[in-house]
Amino acid sequence: MRRLGWTLATLLSHWRRHPTQFATLMIGLIAATALWSGVQAINAQARQSYDRAAAAFGGGRLAMLVPARDETLPQALFAKLRRAGWPVSPVLEGRIATSGVSLRLIGVEPLTLPRAAGPAPALELGIGAADLAAFLLPPGRTLVAPATLRELAAREGDTPALGDGMRLPPLAVQADLVPGTALVDIGVAQRLLDRPGQISRLLVGADDDGPRAPLAEVAGDTLRLIPPGSESDLERLTDSFHVNLTAFGLLSFVVGLFIVYSAIGLAFEQRLPTMRAMRACGVSARGLTAALLVELVGAALAAGVVGCIAGYLIAALLLPDVALSLRGLYGAEVPGELALRPAWWFAGIGMSVAGALAAAAHSLIKAQNLPLIATAHPYAWRTAQQRWLIWQGAAALALAGAALGILAVGDGLVAGFALLAAIMLAAALALPLLLALALHLGARGANTMLTRWAFADSRQQLSGLSLALMALLLALAVNIGVGTMVKSFETSFAGWLDQRLASEIYIRAADDAQARAITAFVATRPEVTAVLPTPRAETRIKGGPVEVLGFADHPTYRDHWPLITATPTLWDDLRDGRALLMSEQLARRLGLAAGDSLRLVTPAGALMLQVGGIYPDYGNPKGQIGLSNDVLFAHWRDAPDTRFSLRLAPDAVPALVAALRRRFALDPAHLIDQAALKRDSMTIFNRTFAVTASLNAFTLGVAAVALLTSLLTLGASRLPQLAPLWAMGVTRRRLAALDLAKTMALALATALAAIPLGLLVAWCLLAVVNVKAFGWRLPFHVFPGQLVQLIAVALAAALLAAALPTLRLSRMKPADLIRVFANER
Amino acid sequence: MLAVANLTKSYRTPQGELPVLRGVDLTVAAGESVALTGESGSGKSTLLHLVAGLDDADAGDILIGADNMARLADAARAGVRRQRIGLVFQQFNLIPSLTVADNLAFQARIAGRTDAAWLDELANRLGLAEMLSRYPEQLSGGQQQRVAIGRALAVRPALVLADEPTGNLDEATADEVVALARDLIRTTGCAFLMVTHSERLATRFDRRVHLSAGRIA
Repeated sequence: MRRLGWTLATLLSHWRRHPTQFATLMIGLIAATALWSGVQAINAQARQSYDRAAAAFGGGRLAMLVPARDETLPQALFAKLRRAGWPVSPVLEGRIATSGVSLRLIGVEPLTLPRAAGPAPALELGIGAADLAAFLLPPGRTLVAPATLRELAAREGDTPALGDGMRLPPLAVQADLVPGTALVDIGVAQRLLDRPGQISRLLVGADDDGPRAPLAEVAGDTLRLIPPGSESDLERLTDSFHVNLTAFGLLSFVVGLFIVYSAIGLAFEQRLPTMRAMRACGVSARGLTAALLVELVGAALAAGVVGCIAGYLIAALLLPDVALSLRGLYGAEVPGELALRPAWWFAGIGMSVAGALAAAAHSLIKAQNLPLIATAHPYAWRTAQQRWLIWQGAAALALAGAALGILAVGDGLVAGFALLAAIMLAAALALPLLLALALHLGARGANTMLTRWAFADSRQQLSGLSLALMALLLALAVNIGVGTMVKSFETSFAGWLDQRLASEIYIRAADDAQARAITAFVATRPEVTAVLPTPRAETRIKGGPVEVLGFADHPTYRDHWPLITATPTLWDDLRDGRALLMSEQLARRLGLAAGDSLRLVTPAGALMLQVGGIYPDYGNPKGQIGLSNDVLFAHWRDAPDTRFSLRLAPDAVPALVAALRRRFALDPAHLIDQAALKRDSMTIFNRTFAVTASLNAFTLGVAAVALLTSLLTLGASRLPQLAPLWAMGVTRRRLAALDLAKTMALALATALAAIPLGLLVAWCLLAVVNVKAFGWRLPFHVFPGQLVQLIAVALAAALLAAALPTLRLSRMKPADLIRVFANER
Repeated sequence: MLAVANLTKSYRTPQGELPVLRGVDLTVAAGESVALTGESGSGKSTLLHLVAGLDDADAGDILIGADNMARLADAARAGVRRQRIGLVFQQFNLIPSLTVADNLAFQARIAGRTDAAWLDELANRLGLAEMLSRYPEQLSGGQQQRVAIGRALAVRPALVLADEPTGNLDEATADEVVALARDLIRTTGCAFLMVTHSERLATRFDRRVHLSAGRIA
């Protein structure tokens, strides 16, 4: 043990003498862990929210009885089922608006809630006996998440007013509740939602709760039993979003590990004499490897803790944008604040240790097999480098072949990311070979001796810098790829919004009566040229949730609705109930094209319809089909006729919106003018990609740090190359300028190589990953201005990275250069 | 103390097997100093490395006391090296990140045999007392080699092996270093085997062994 301690202390003494190298190692590990942990924290937070959201109404882990046809069930059925041995508990759910905030109101009956529901907040409630009484007895309690309380700008005990003069029971905070949800006793919910004696669904307890009568005997065909699912709809819908985030986290992690690998490799080479001396003094190979392992794990643990803290800060920074994106895209409520969990800490530190071990594996194996006698190098550096380049080239070719293979036979999102990974790794491995070739050609064309030396020296430097340049290539390619994808998306999305949102005003009435009143009102307004009912229903096709849209027979749709493909008679067939419209993502999922047929199961029986047209539906995770209004109302008889859009001259919109708002007290969520809707959609869009842009910037920053640390660590070892030139009369300033020019040239070459790679990445994202992740394919555009901008950023990053080493070299003391020639070295 | 019997070693080269040692027999008694001479490529350094357990022999025995280095695994050989052998190299092989004091004490510490008084004596007799807090890069070649000798002797080894320790030093410094080494070795009573090219230095040893084409001449 003491021997291990001394060995370890001796190894550590190297870092004391070379703090820059140690900083490099730690920065790499911290950056890798921070970005990975940050993304994982966001994902974990979101997933936990989905789980809570699902659990709050029993969707995720409990079996449920839901109405077979109607929207609600009579409460009497609850009592009947209980008497028949069914361990059911009623839930009533609806939406309310208070203080300008729309909330999901869930009414539960705490005394009968099934225990098998586990940690569902609705079930544990945090209610003690006294609180339970307060919850059940008038005036009751409204349990909300802390975030909801803040959103309502309210305090505990407040009783926020609802639109119709009623008030919520006093608010109380329940930390585990999902934001955007208000939990009350079911009796209170029935009163607030004006649904006396009605329930939305019945949660079913565990099978072993006792004998129960057959369902059909008790409730006939009025109920449908939904078995518990392991994954909620939200989890399924948002999976691709999180896979994208994870892929970014992983990329950043890999870029960070490039730094670690580089730092450990360099430290190993520099500590070779120390390790040989230690072995000569009697340290065994096993003892040396053990000490190296302890040193590495210690560094990884320390970096892991710091990385987790940095990751938490990154996640906290990004979470509000992610939360807005998830709410906008999927209607998923994720708190904008981060909760820390021990598992997340352990996972982050674990990743740091695993990453450090992976990055150090090569050096550790070399240490274990270290020859004790330093033999003369069998090869000159050039031969060794050529061999190394050939190996890398072969690996690059193999990976390119693998990419082609994945493209040919791969399927699914993971295959899409595997394709991206194979392409990027192949390009990264091929980069040193391409740079060596370019430098070789440059040296041949150089007309002064010093330029020729600069090219030759760059070639020799390549093995030390290649990892940092690879990291820069990857970061730039991802930036170009993602940037091109986002710009392409933005261009397509803006055009699509213009086509899709052709009507000037969109209204959603609270109920049928209000809808009739609004229709009657707008009929009196001469500026309104058309009222287009836009009913909606929900169904499931092949297990996935699908929205059903109603289409009026009107030129608004015939002239504007965006289509990818369509049959020639689409609109007539749709009007006559022979055809349906289908969103691109659903068509891809079902493998259907325009002209194919689909058997659609509706509450009123099955329908066989032709797919008349396929339209893009960006940003919608659910599948969508469109039917004529007549067909929709005929088959979804309970579908509320409360949604419609209005056509009118754009300049008349503000006055009509104001009039509608005054007369019907419609909140902003239910009365939307087209311009506001477009603005909101673009906001959600931009917020979604703000996260991507931040991660892009982080990744590029990490790559710049990799370049800086590589240049700093190479600085000292390059003295033997530079000192002879200095001795021959080349000034330190000239040497520094040459060194800077070489670094900038390598960075420029890397940036230029990143352009085709980035465009290839963009193509993969648009044509492969996006299709697999979201179900739609976007047109591919190239934005030259963006490329130029990114190259400028890359060069600026390289300049920043090279500035310090260049300054050091230009100010190097002659004594340091002379030492190169001293025989005592 | 040291008994080498029928030791052979060859290296594999692109041109085929290259025999370096062809059955070497050698003994060095405790307290005896032996100079190992021979032309370049005669196998002197290889013999020293095999004795120190830094490399594997093809055949033969290397007995250091009761331990046969040729038959031991890496960890056991490291143990013998740690406890019973002091090594001095031409390139000094000091640990650049440790001070002179730490370099001097290094082997003794990992062997668990630190003797502060003996370390002080070594530092004084080697003329290092004033430079204990310096780092190797701040010392001259002669000073670095004195630190290497001190490190080798700090553990009071049974055998000191030196591979051309004066190869990088001028004549006067070389004489001084060897004299110091022999003086200290006499004090400890250990066996001393030194590879040298210098005929002049070789004459100062108790015995001289000449190696030629892999055999003791």
